[in-house]
Amino acid sequence: MTLLKDGVLTNEELEALPCVPGRERMEKGAVVVIECPQDIPCNPCEPACPKGAIVVGGPITNIPVLKEDLCDGCGLCVAPCPGQAIFVVDLNHGNDEAAVSLPYEFQPLPDKGQKVKALNRRGEAVHEGTVVKVLTPSSFDRTAVITVTVPKELAMEVRSIRL
Amino acid sequence: MKKVELAVIGAGPAGLCAAIEGAKHGLQVTLIDENIRAGGQLFKQIHKFFGSGVHRAGIRGVDIGSQLLDETEKAGVEVMLDTVVWGLFEDKVLALVHEGRSTQLSAERIILAAGATENALAFPGWTLPGVMGAGAAQTMMNMHRVMPGKKAIMVGSGNVGLIVGYQLIQAGIKLELLVEAAPEIGGYSVHASKLARNGVKIFTSTTIKEARGDERVESAVTVSVDENWNPVPGTEREHEVDMVCLAVGLSPLIELARLAGCGFKYLSELGGHVPLHDEKMETTQPGIYVAGDIAGIDEASTAMEEGRIAALAAAESLGRLGGEEADALKKSARKRMEEFWDGSFGRRVKASKESLSVKE
Repeated sequence: MTLLKDGVLTNEELEALPCVPGRERMEKGAVVVIECPQDIPCNPCEPACPKGAIVVGGPITNIPVLKEDLCDGCGLCVAPCPGQAIFVVDLNHGNDEAAVSLPYEFQPLPDKGQKVKALNRRGEAVHEGTVVKVLTPSSFDRTAVITVTVPKELAMEVRSIRL
Repeated sequence: MKKVELAVIGAGPAGLCAAIEGAKHGLQVTLIDENIRAGGQLFKQIHKFFGSGVHRAGIRGVDIGSQLLDETEKAGVEVMLDTVVWGLFEDKVLALVHEGRSTQLSAERIILAAGATENALAFPGWTLPGVMGAGAAQTMMNMHRVMPGKKAIMVGSGNVGLIVGYQLIQAGIKLELLVEAAPEIGGYSVHASKLARNGVKIFTSTTIKEARGDERVESAVTVSVDENWNPVPGTEREHEVDMVCLAVGLSPLIELARLAGCGFKYLSELGGHVPLHDEKMETTQPGIYVAGDIAGIDEASTAMEEGRIAALAAAESLGRLGGEEADALKKSARKRMEEFWDGSFGRRVKASKESLSVKE
């Protein structure tokens, strides 16, 4: 396990999680990817989902289970996650482009249309993406949700941005 | 001498919840804190808390602090700030000092919720300006809006190190690296992942060897450690930083419990010497209770529940609350606390806490 050495989830570790959608569901369009691998006491993602697509149940240390067919990728669970571990991945954003929505708590916020460095889980800049959406409703409580475009093959790599 | 029914010492999450709960059940409560503002560490916690709705999960610590201050006022708690409790004598008499004047206060019940202090780590250069506790850095950044440095190294990968590390970045400081002497990251991996994806390198089995600089920190030297925690020669690396942040654990602030003659047990898992206490949070001294980090280092979320349990027990013992009602309320607080201790992170805390139990 590399996660406990450097904080970076590998693809193998990710795919084993019950809160990461399968390839087939990903191909259909926007869906959440919940990168929550440990039995920590936390469940705000569960009530955040209006569709009932995220189940933690009891005890609250359960790893969330994503009901991938109920999730429409609305992203309402992204900001409430105290671990900033939820992302929306839309493989059908454009012809060759995917969109990744991620929680962002740095200042200043990017503007819509701004080019930003797209960072992978190691913090390496792997692409220059375009910000297509910046959501900051008060219900997100100062966690912005930023949507950035990336090539499809980087959709499961990009997890942060740098201005 | 002034007399109160319940004196709560320490206005952090445990003390605030104890005071609110006590007042709610009709006790005349005085809450005392040495700081000029109540809230303990809550106002430094700009991140969203874990847990579930009943634990106020998803709410930032700073906002939980505001909620609790509001509830304290509404409940009619008397709050004495900038007031140090320097003595605890027989018959539950407290010696206080405020603005240079010493007074005494007699209490029928006392809840000690003094919290904890940050551990230091001694290494060559550790007294240089720029070496500081993670909590100190947090106070500067989040309370006083002062940047404590420009480039930092964080020592320790518990939740404090990981969370404060992230807050350094939020404040505009470059966190060059985080080192952890243990072979694995200690805190929640989701917090570590937040650092990693923003470019912070985390090195496990690595510690700080030295801080260098003339007037202040100019660099830090790290070194790998083997499975016996011994430095591995030749693995030293120098990093250009002006700030060394130490997040190497907390120790319960137990002086008043010592003065009161409480029984103790040493449990490294809980941060050191901890007052023995039962399920009601009562110590070996009848009528003196503990809650929060003084009762063993843990999260703010469980500290709040311990505060409530202690106040319920105090109210019950003074006849303000029927046994059945008190039991039901204590049970639900304990249930919320145990929810927090269910996973692999809380399990060790729970086991240690249980070993502190005083037979009723």
